[in-house]
Amino acid sequence: MSAPLQPYPPQSAARAFLAGVAAALTSVFVLVVTGSFAGIGALAHEFGFSLGWTLASALLIWAAPANVILVSTLGAGAALVEVALAVTLSSVRLLPMVVALLPLIKTERTRQRDLILPAHFTAISMWVEALQRLPQVPRENRIAFCNGIGAGFTALAMAASAAGYTLAGGLPAPLAAMLLFLTPISFLTSVIRNSRLLVDRLAFALGFAVGPLMTWGKVDLALMWTGLVGGTAAYAASRLYARRKGRPP
Amino acid sequence: MSGWIDWHAYLVLILVGFLPNEVWRMLGVVLVRGLDEESEILVWVRAVATAVLAGVVAQLIFFPAGALAAMPMALRVGAALCGFAAFLAFRRSVLAGVVVGEAVLLAGALLLVP
Repeated sequence: MSAPLQPYPPQSAARAFLAGVAAALTSVFVLVVTGSFAGIGALAHEFGFSLGWTLASALLIWAAPANVILVSTLGAGAALVEVALAVTLSSVRLLPMVVALLPLIKTERTRQRDLILPAHFTAISMWVEALQRLPQVPRENRIAFCNGIGAGFTALAMAASAAGYTLAGGLPAPLAAMLLFLTPISFLTSVIRNSRLLVDRLAFALGFAVGPLMTWGKVDLALMWTGLVGGTAAYAASRLYARRKGRPP
Repeated sequence: MSGWIDWHAYLVLILVGFLPNEVWRMLGVVLVRGLDEESEILVWVRAVATAVLAGVVAQLIFFPAGALAAMPMALRVGAALCGFAAFLAFRRSVLAGVVVGEAVLLAGALLLVP
């Protein structure tokens, strides 16, 4: 089944929404969303959160990195300030994604409040899927279509969380370990896949090295320092490299 | 008492989970005009965010919780390395990385852990 090259004729908002849901559920990101949120559900179970809380966090946050950080830092007993800082640092990347997406889906008649839901649904999976599919969607249907993609992925994330949470309690040890390993292994690969620029790959490598050292050294606000030290060093190094080479990194 | 703990947990979810995350999306709605995705400040911000995320991934491998903590450190690191190698070998396929990493973890768990 191949998508048409030209935008199809405008349809009702409900149909566009359902087309978005279908696009989400047939996307390659089904595996990433299912895997990471099943892992998050299992993690939440291991740390003793309730199932209702786990589902509410998937629905309200809907950004797997922030969900992982929230569960793992709260579960490990980190200070609330540190949890909020780590979550907000991991979510800054949503800002440029929202800023890039919204101009593509609004019309002159769009009210600002109609953009709140598509902005809420913006996350790596939804954003990549939306940007890829939008050229085929008539402009007046794009907000409903994006809401459909977001709702489809969020529903999948909640179902996967519930499955991971439920399974984590009763699985034999090797399978339970595999479920918990889904989060780090799927993030390790999907984040590197999404970082095309030298600065982003460098930031990942430095954060990966600095993070455990900070934790091992029992540094306060370890994640915040990991981000500031690793990210700033990566930024500085890529700027220096670009200047040396005389071209953008 | 347990009712209080439950409401407390949801309040914490809103205050240190939902709001710090959602603020960037809503700021995006407000700022939608006049922000260049390639501006220097956003490049730096993205680098910081990526490093935080990498730190979390490393912590989940080196200092895991629950059943994963019962697996030896060498097995966890080895499984992550094999998964990463497969990811690179199969043209940056996330699926290949996850499948190989998980397979190595399972094999190691069955062979090494009594």
